[in-house]
Amino acid sequence: MTVETQYLSAQPKLRATTTVLGAIAIAALLVAPFVVYPIFLMSVLCFALFACAFNLLIGYVGLLSFGHATFFGGAAYFTAHAVKVWGWEPLSGILLGAAGAAALGFVVGFLAIRRQGIYFAMITLALGQMFAFICLQVPFTHGEDGIQGVPRGHLLGFIDLNEPLAMYYVTLAIFLFGFFAIWRIVNSPFGNILKAIRENERRAVSLGYRVDRYKLGAFVMSAALAGLAGGTKAIVFQFATLTDVQWQMSGEVILMTLLGGIGTLVGPAIGAGLVLALQNYLAASDFPVTVLIGIIFVVCVLLFRRGIAGEVMEFFKTRFNRST
Amino acid sequence: MSNTPLLEVRGLNAWYGESHVLHGVDLDIQEGETVTLLGRNGAGKTTTLRAIMGILRRREGVLRLRGQDLLGLPLHRVAQTGLGYVPEERGIFASLSVAENLMLPPKVAENGMSVEEIYQLFPNLHERRTSQGTKLSGGEQQMLAIARILRTGATVLLLDEPTEGLAPVIVQRIGDVLVALKKRGMTILLVEQNFRFARKVADRFYLMEDGRMVNSFPGHQLDANMDQLHEVLGV
Repeated sequence: MTVETQYLSAQPKLRATTTVLGAIAIAALLVAPFVVYPIFLMSVLCFALFACAFNLLIGYVGLLSFGHATFFGGAAYFTAHAVKVWGWEPLSGILLGAAGAAALGFVVGFLAIRRQGIYFAMITLALGQMFAFICLQVPFTHGEDGIQGVPRGHLLGFIDLNEPLAMYYVTLAIFLFGFFAIWRIVNSPFGNILKAIRENERRAVSLGYRVDRYKLGAFVMSAALAGLAGGTKAIVFQFATLTDVQWQMSGEVILMTLLGGIGTLVGPAIGAGLVLALQNYLAASDFPVTVLIGIIFVVCVLLFRRGIAGEVMEFFKTRFNRST
Repeated sequence: MSNTPLLEVRGLNAWYGESHVLHGVDLDIQEGETVTLLGRNGAGKTTTLRAIMGILRRREGVLRLRGQDLLGLPLHRVAQTGLGYVPEERGIFASLSVAENLMLPPKVAENGMSVEEIYQLFPNLHERRTSQGTKLSGGEQQMLAIARILRTGATVLLLDEPTEGLAPVIVQRIGDVLVALKKRGMTILLVEQNFRFARKVADRFYLMEDGRMVNSFPGHQLDANMDQLHEVLGV
């Protein structure tokens, strides 16, 4: 066998493995609420989608946004307000949240993409802080109290979301939709241009692309998907508060993505699950959670930089190449 | 030869930061012509290409393609005028496969080569179409870098040292490709140190030294100019 045919024959095997693993994961998510506390699972799904949306920027365009809480938390406010005050149906409330996040993403992205690297991160951080301050001051967010007691209502008028299982499967459907959207974006010609920009921006420009537009497009998509996650979270937990728009939240999503694996599709979701599981199960113990997460983070950066999913994939890739 | 050149460069000056690197370069290329820039390392050949493409932004002079001024264009618009640049480092995107690299550059004209034609011209690329950009040999990278410009429909190919560091058999192959492209009417500006390779394809030579054009002569006068070549190139 030549090297070439080896590579080709390894491809379908790899694809089949991915399909099987994906099917197992979906099956596990379907039965999970019968084993694990559903509210916890729903928060994992919301944060997993948030982290995946964030990863679309850092992993595939190479832009580190330090203000993604703006889109997550902003959408939570929009959704909560629409559902509680205007009496909107929950799904349209969530979609409004995502649309609002996209609009915020357009403004923030438009200002930030002109700079690279640390300056980009600083501009997004500054704008994020401004937005958090606005949320503290304007009347409709109710300052420190946040918007509380958001009714879950009936999805499309007939699915009662007060049923934990119904709420869970709706959240799962939204997560899978967002995840599929990211998968499609990453594997489209548009996604290839994003990867080219990440690798060599100047070269992409000289090939004839207006990279600013592509970056802005990716930024808005990432913000909209983060908003989808934030809006869903507002319905699940029935409140929207300042916690979701503050910079700590932006930091947390970076941590989740780094732990899980930057630039891998499932990595951020795994990272979100890990961080939330630690926070949840250690909350009752005397051991300070932040210290433990800090230690894990340090170990991760020192020993496996690709993150959990990144290391696992690398392991299988080398195994595949050796066995064929 | 017709009177108005396809690509016209007059008194081109360019700077890297404070240092003045091109001193009034003049260069004409007619439609369908293959022109080779010769010169030693650091003579300004690559810089000339980069200044034409606008990758090097600080420049003055006249730069026209089909009479259209190129100096005022933003960088992303230059490719759309039909100039296709294949840099020395090839610029293959490592995270994309061969096929994805091929499809990446936007089309600038309708009459570009189809993917089938490209795979006919470069059978190796067809065999390796699912391979990652990183897994290619130097010769394959060079072919891919040329191939992806051909698909865009660019009418002028700026090639920077396409044979550098490649095995003789690959150099031969790339020479064949250039001859084939010439037959299709492609206009080529080739930067080369290896004039034995260049003489097979070049209609005209320009000789550069210290950021200036020091001579230009038609391809058949290469032997007559050998003394100066040896002196300037140091070969």
